[in-house]
Amino acid sequence: MSESLTFHFDVDGEDFTSAGQASVQVKKNLRRLGISPEIIRQVSIAMYEGEINMVIHAGGGKADVVVSEDKIEIILVDKGPGIADIDLAMQEGFSTATDSVRSLGFGAGMGLPNMKRYTDEMTIDSVVGEGTTIKMVVNL
Amino acid sequence: MKIGTIRDLLEATVICGEDMLEKEVHSACGSDMMSDVLAYVKDQAVLLTGLVNSQVIRTAEMMDMVCLVFVRGKKPTQEMIELAADSGMAILATDMRLYEACGKLYVNGLVGNGRKV
Ligand SMILES: Nc1ncnc2c1ncn2[C@@H]1O[C@H](COP(=O)(O)OP(=O)(O)OP(=O)(O)O)[C@@H](O)[C@H]1O
Ligand SMILES: [Mg+2]
Repeated sequence: MSESLTFHFDVDGEDFTSAGQASVQVKKNLRRLGISPEIIRQVSIAMYEGEINMVIHAGGGKADVVVSEDKIEIILVDKGPGIADIDLAMQEGFSTATDSVRSLGFGAGMGLPNMKRYTDEMTIDSVVGEGTTIKMVVNL
Repeated sequence: MKIGTIRDLLEATVICGEDMLEKEVHSACGSDMMSDVLAYVKDQAVLLTGLVNSQVIRTAEMMDMVCLVFVRGKKPTQEMIELAADSGMAILATDMRLYEACGKLYVNGLVGNGRKV
């Protein structure tokens, strides 16, 4: 694989039932590419957490996964409310999720720290009122 | 422990994955919070839960799990069954509560974090 391969997804923010679909598809694609199960698990969990966040906190967005020779990049872009205090949002247990989100099994405030844990690099760019861009890298 | 043994111990019905009953699993976890499953679970192959939505299946899929057990008489939707079948996962359903179901499996040797008793 000398050239990079990009998978693009529109993440629907209206329908919680479909949340996570893109990550399931990425997992299948990476399996087909013969990527190691450990790397696939890292990418899948990080992307899934980010995808769920886009649905429950930002009304959906776009996801790109770029597979190149030495790394896999996951880029998540939304036009949601943004994150006012990124350091605070990164803390385990911090969550603004509503009770209705919690009743769906999410909202423990563990997603962002988990994304950092499973990736080699993670940057968050967020502007309140404009949206959030999260870029994660898993080295191969 | 075989998935078939889990079915017997929990007096569970097999909703899908009838062909997986002979498969061996070595650890399990129980939670209604998918956030916690994603953050705390390591290599557990079985998830016991009372939460019913498509994210339960997708979370298990992300964690490479092979068997889901719905407790408290909860039944998955047709869409969830299709998702699980598509991912090669077995689904069982039992009337037991989460605590009781986990306890039954644990005392019979199915541990939490991949350790052998
Ligand atoms: N894409 C986003 N847009 C706006 N706010 C976000 C976004 N992602 C995360 N946040 C904010 O950061 C907080 C922490 O996110 P994190 O993923 O760690 O926890 P959570 O989503 O609330 O719960 P969990 O991930 O455990 O289900 C969220 O509660 C929310 O306030
Ligand atoms: Mg989250």
